[in-house]
Amino acid sequence: MALLQIAEPGLSAAPHQHRLAVGIDLGTTNSLVATVRNGISVVLNDERGRSLLPSVVRYHGDGSTTVGYEAHEHASEDPYNTVISAKRFMGRGIKDIPDVATLPYHFVDAPGMVQLKTVAGVKSPVEVSAEVLKVLKQRAEEALGGELTGAVITVPAYFDDAQRQATKDAARLAGLTVLRLLNEPTAAAIAYGLDNASEGIYAVYDLGGGTFDISILKLTKGVFEVLATNGDSALGGDDFDRRIYCWVLEQAGLHTVGDHDKTMLMAKAREAKEHLTDHPSAQITAVLATGQLIDMTLSEAKFNELTASLVNKTLQPCRKALRDAGLSAAEVKGVVMVGGSTRVPRIQAAVGEFFGQTPLTNLDPDKVVALGAAIQANVLAGNKREDDWLLLDVVPLSLGIETMGGLVEKIVPRNSTIPVARAQDFTTYKDGQTAMSIHVLQGERELVSDCRSLARFTLRGIPAMVAGAARIRVTFQVDADGLLAVTARETGSGVEAHIEVKPSYGLTDDEVARMLQESYAHAREDVDARQLAELKVDAQRLIDATEAALAEDGALLSADERVAVEALITNLSGQLPSGDQAAIKRATEALNRGTVEFAARRMDASVKRALAGHKIDEIGM
Amino acid sequence: MDFNQNHFALFGLTPAFAVDAEALDRAYRDLQAEIHPDRFAHAGEADQRLAVQWATRANEAYQALKSPFARACYLLALQGIDAMAPGHSPLPMAFLERQMEAREALADAVVAADFDALDRLERATRAEAERLLGEVAELIDSRHDYAAAAEVLRQYRFLEKFLADVGQAYDEVE
Ligand SMILES: Nc1ncnc2c1ncn2[C@@H]1O[C@H](COP(=O)(O)OP(=O)(O)OP(=O)(O)O)[C@@H](O)[C@H]1O
Ligand SMILES: [Mg+2]
Repeated sequence: MALLQIAEPGLSAAPHQHRLAVGIDLGTTNSLVATVRNGISVVLNDERGRSLLPSVVRYHGDGSTTVGYEAHEHASEDPYNTVISAKRFMGRGIKDIPDVATLPYHFVDAPGMVQLKTVAGVKSPVEVSAEVLKVLKQRAEEALGGELTGAVITVPAYFDDAQRQATKDAARLAGLTVLRLLNEPTAAAIAYGLDNASEGIYAVYDLGGGTFDISILKLTKGVFEVLATNGDSALGGDDFDRRIYCWVLEQAGLHTVGDHDKTMLMAKAREAKEHLTDHPSAQITAVLATGQLIDMTLSEAKFNELTASLVNKTLQPCRKALRDAGLSAAEVKGVVMVGGSTRVPRIQAAVGEFFGQTPLTNLDPDKVVALGAAIQANVLAGNKREDDWLLLDVVPLSLGIETMGGLVEKIVPRNSTIPVARAQDFTTYKDGQTAMSIHVLQGERELVSDCRSLARFTLRGIPAMVAGAARIRVTFQVDADGLLAVTARETGSGVEAHIEVKPSYGLTDDEVARMLQESYAHAREDVDARQLAELKVDAQRLIDATEAALAEDGALLSADERVAVEALITNLSGQLPSGDQAAIKRATEALNRGTVEFAARRMDASVKRALAGHKIDEIGM
Repeated sequence: MDFNQNHFALFGLTPAFAVDAEALDRAYRDLQAEIHPDRFAHAGEADQRLAVQWATRANEAYQALKSPFARACYLLALQGIDAMAPGHSPLPMAFLERQMEAREALADAVVAADFDALDRLERATRAEAERLLGEVAELIDSRHDYAAAAEVLRQYRFLEKFLADVGQAYDEVE
C-alpha cells in the first residue's frame, strides 16, 4: 500500500502554494495574457518578446492552424481561410453583422450563430476564438511552468448573453477553467484604481477594434461598484478603417474590388489611420489585382470628417450611462481611456470635451484590460487573502420575456447588480391550456422583433384549468459571470412542472466533446491526456479548497462529520495517480456531494460574521 | 441563518422609512465581502452555489431598501398593503391636472428642441417628487397612516414615469 500518498488532511493544505492563474483579454484585433508575479501584474510575451497576439486564425487544408502575426501577414493571400476579428461574430446571426458586404468570408447562416466555411471545414466563431485562446494558454503554461488553475476572460461590458455564453464556450473548448468572465472596463478600472489608490466616480471609455463600452464606476475603499454601463458591441476601430476603405474606393471610382484586394485595402486603411495619430497626413499606395494603381493622400482633417459620426456615436451611450447612474458629467472625477482606438487625437478631444476634463491616458491602453484581469484572476484563484477588494458589476441590457402582441415584458432591468434573480407570474389565456411557451429576450426596446432572442422553451404538464387560473412563475437568475438561466414552474395548483434552460445558442457538452476531438485530431497532443490533466487540476483544486475550509472552519463539524469529509479527500487523493478518468470523476463528485452541508454551515457563519462586524461598528460610533 | 428574514433584519436595521444610508451601504458591503461568489471562485461547487444564492439575496434586499420608493413600498407590503395594486381610488383631480400641464409642456419642449425647458421641467418635477417623499416619511414613520402613504406613493410613481419620459425626450431632441 502506498502509505506515503495518504497525506494527513489539514497538514497538506499548503496554504502558501501559489496557484497558476491568468487574465486573458480576448480582443477583436489583439489578444493578451497576463499574470501576477511577485505581486505585480505582468503581460506574458511570446518567444520573440511581443506582448500582443493578433486575433487572427488561418486554417490550412490539412486542418492545422496558424495564429497571430504570421496569419495576419498572409491574410490578403488567403482571405477566405484567414479569420480576422472573429469576436464580431460571436453569438451573432448573419443578419446581425452590419458589414457583411465588405467581408470576404463564406458565411453559413446557422441557427443562433453564423459559421464560416474554410478549407478545414465549417468553423464557428467559438472555434476560431478557441484557437486564439489555446495559443495564449500554451504561452502562459510555458512561461509559468505548469498547468493553469484557471483564467479570467474579459468580455465587453455591453456583450449580451449570447456573446458571453459564446466566449465561455470558446474558453472551455480551449481547455481553460473559467474563473470568471470579467467586463473589460471593470478590468481596466482594477488595474487603474489599484495603481492610483483613487476614490470617487470614474468613467471608463473603452474603444477597441470592434467594440465600444462606457462604464461609470464608484470607487470606495476596497469596493469597485459599477453604477451603469452602456455601449455598442459593433463599433470600434474596424469601423474607422472601413470609412477610409470606402473613401479610397470612391476616390478611385470603384464600386467594389475582389476579396484579396478588400483584405489588403482594409489593412492599408488601418495603417493610414494609425499613422494619422502622430502625423498630419498619410499616404495610401497599393496596386490592385486589376493592375490599377492606388496612390492617395489622406489628411487628418479629411479623416476627422469621414469619421465624425462614429465619434459622435460613442457619446450617446456616455450620456445614457450617466443618466442611468443619476450623475452629471461634472461629477466624474476621472475618465480612463482604454483600447487602441483611444489613441486617435480626435477621440481624445471629443471625450475631453464631453466630460469637461483631460482624459487619463497614463496606462498603456492595449494592456490595461489584461493586467486588470490578471489581478482579479490571482484573487479568484485564492492566492490573495488579505486586503481583498470587492467587485460589484451589473447586467448591461434588460432581460425579459415575450407577452401578448409581440411585446417584451422586462424582468431584470439593465444595470441591476449581479448576481440577481427576479421572478414574474404569468397565467394561461385559454381554458384547458396545458402548455405555455416562453420566449426569453434581451434588449431595451418594447417590440420582440427589436430585441435579441436568447431562448425559447415550452413548459408542459400544466393541469387543465379555466383561463387565468394557473399561476406560472418565471424566474431569471443571472450569475456572477453575467450569464442567465431561466426557470418556469406552475405553482397555482400545487402540481409542479419545472424546466430549466440554458439559452439555446450555448454549446452542449456533446458538441464541445466533438469539437475537441476534431481539433485534437490534427494536433500532436492526445485528447485523453488533455482531459485527464484537466480532471486532475479540477480535483486538486477541490481538495485544496476543502482542506483550506477544514483548517479555517473545521470547528463547524462534529468529529464524525470531519472524519467523513477527510475520508472523501483521502479517497480522491488516492485516485489521482491512477490515471483512471471515470474513477477520478466519481471521487470528485463524491467529495462535492459530501461537503454540501459543511458549505451551508460555513456560509451561515460568514453571514453572521458580517452582521456581527456591522453591529460592533455601530456601537463604536 | 434565515435566508428569508426581512430585508431590514438581513442588514441589522430597524424597519423604518428613515434609514441611515451609510449604515445600509456598510452593512451591504460587509455582507457581500463575506459571501460574494468572487470569494468562492476557487472553492467547491456547493460553496459556489450558496454564494450565488446569498449574494443574490443581498442584492435584492439592498435594492429594495436603497431606493426610497422601493423602501416605502416594501414597508407597506410588510403591513399587508400592496401600494401599486390596481383598483385603488383615483388620484386627486388637482394632481392629474398639473400632470396634464406638465405633459403638454414636455411635448412643446420636444417640438421646440428646447433643452432649457426640458431642464426646468426636470428640476421642477424632481422637487415635487422630493416633497412627496417627505410626506411619505411623515405618514409612515410618525403617523403610521399606511393607506395615505400608499396614495402619495402612487402619485410619486406618476412623477417617476414622467421623469423617465423627460430622459427619453433628451435623446429624441438630440
Ligand atoms: N496609434 C493608433 N492610432 C489609431 N488607432 C490605433 C492605434 N493603435 C491601434 N489602433 C487601433 O486600435 C484598435 C485595436 O485596439 P485594441 O487592441 O484595444 O482592440 P481589441 O482589444 O482587439 O478590440 P475589442 O476590445 O474591441 O475587442 C485597432 O482598430 C487599431 O487600428
Ligand atoms: Mg479590447
